[in-house]
Amino acid sequence: MVDPEAPSTAPETATTNGSGAPTMPTVELDASPLPPPTPPTPVRDVIIIGSGPAAHTAAIYAARAERRPLMFEGMLAAGVAAGGQLTTTTEVENFPGFPGGLSGPELTDRFRAHSIDAGTDILTETVASVDASSRPFKVTTEWGTTHAAHALIIATGATARRLEIPGAGEAGPEAYWQRGVSACAVCDGAAPVFRNKPLAVIGGGDTAMEEALFLAKYGSSVTIVHRRDELRASKVMQRRALAHPKVRIAYSAAVDQAKGDGKLLQSVVLKDLKTGAAAEQPCNGLFFAVGHVPNTAFLGGQVKLDADGYILTTPGSTRTSVDGIFAAGDVQDKQWRQAVTAAGSGCMAAMELEHYMAQLGERQPQEEPASAEPVTAESVPV
Amino acid sequence: MSVSQVTDASFKQEVINNDLPVLVDFWAPWCGPCRMVSPVVDEIAEEYESSIKVVKINTDDNPTIAAEYGIRSIPTLMIFKAGERVDTVIGAVPKSTLASTLNKYIS
Repeated sequence: MVDPEAPSTAPETATTNGSGAPTMPTVELDASPLPPPTPPTPVRDVIIIGSGPAAHTAAIYAARAERRPLMFEGMLAAGVAAGGQLTTTTEVENFPGFPGGLSGPELTDRFRAHSIDAGTDILTETVASVDASSRPFKVTTEWGTTHAAHALIIATGATARRLEIPGAGEAGPEAYWQRGVSACAVCDGAAPVFRNKPLAVIGGGDTAMEEALFLAKYGSSVTIVHRRDELRASKVMQRRALAHPKVRIAYSAAVDQAKGDGKLLQSVVLKDLKTGAAAEQPCNGLFFAVGHVPNTAFLGGQVKLDADGYILTTPGSTRTSVDGIFAAGDVQDKQWRQAVTAAGSGCMAAMELEHYMAQLGERQPQEEPASAEPVTAESVPV
Repeated sequence: MSVSQVTDASFKQEVINNDLPVLVDFWAPWCGPCRMVSPVVDEIAEEYESSIKVVKINTDDNPTIAAEYGIRSIPTLMIFKAGERVDTVIGAVPKSTLASTLNKYIS
């Protein structure tokens, strides 16, 4: 896993992508006079928190509805680059519209360019907290700046849990992440590098079973490595996995190390958690199926979550427990979790936003914050 | 101004044998955080144009140098002075952090 250092807490010069948003002043340690007060930021119609397909699709639709959305794409929020989970994928071959496929980062670059083109303001800042206790909602970044909006679209996604295993990381001579190690069998399993090769899945839940069965179509064998004596997957899935001739299960075991030839994963060292004995076995594909962590901690419990931390939305909708806050993409979906389903959900959020804004009957002021100037026959504040 | 790329072959010449302090950005094409820090490195290169040299090295294509300097995590930023590595910054840091680190090595 790439280890980003914790960002410095001192505010610093930042520019924004997208027109209109101000540049933050730099704080000089030896400056005696205080900088001139920054004009208050106008209340936005909508702030979108996130940077993946859900966030950008919501932004495109909201921008085309002339909402001038403000998007916080994060500065390595949750340790992942702006663009989200797609930035940790190599080839995306199943997003419609791209026969032949394209790389994850290329796809997210396109989403981003499209959002900006449609009229979205993007700040490369991470949201630290949200205040939904009063309206307009307030969003505070980790640099301490606050922005207000009448509505929020939360599209912060979920991050596939990866285990810290020597050799399964991202850099250095023995690092096989994306060279045999992956956290998404559906995404990567069909790659030629895994064809007819011995593969392994770490996990004991339904996802691990599904991934193992999926991979069994491509690999020569699939070993499910689970740290406990019993799988926690549903009985149906367990039965299916056990019944498959290519699938075997290593109980009470863990992968201690991933080894390779400098280019690709070639073997894993399995440790028997009961006896402590270690054994190396050939393996060209190692997949983590140990769950996802939805990025919802920053909400501080103000929006109802399910038992696994996913935002609860009304079925068939992106509405959350708070009127005016919508959730799209993986942050509220633990079932489908695909770029295209997230994009669809982002569209829904923007369309529900329109309905909500119509009810509110508010329009975003063009330049100034709400002024006290009265409406007269001669002038109407814009 | 764009920052130049160095390779396993050119590293000695461009970095070790350089009179100015050199900031080396170790990156890889599939590394998201590397893409986040890349514009920061470009800005630093512009602002410190006369006092340091800034180069980037793709660890995928240049495994020898990456291994020699023990790169475990990317991005990793290293500062070289008179042929010696004097500082290392691991991870995508904000510009202020990078600038204050660099300031320690500029006469």
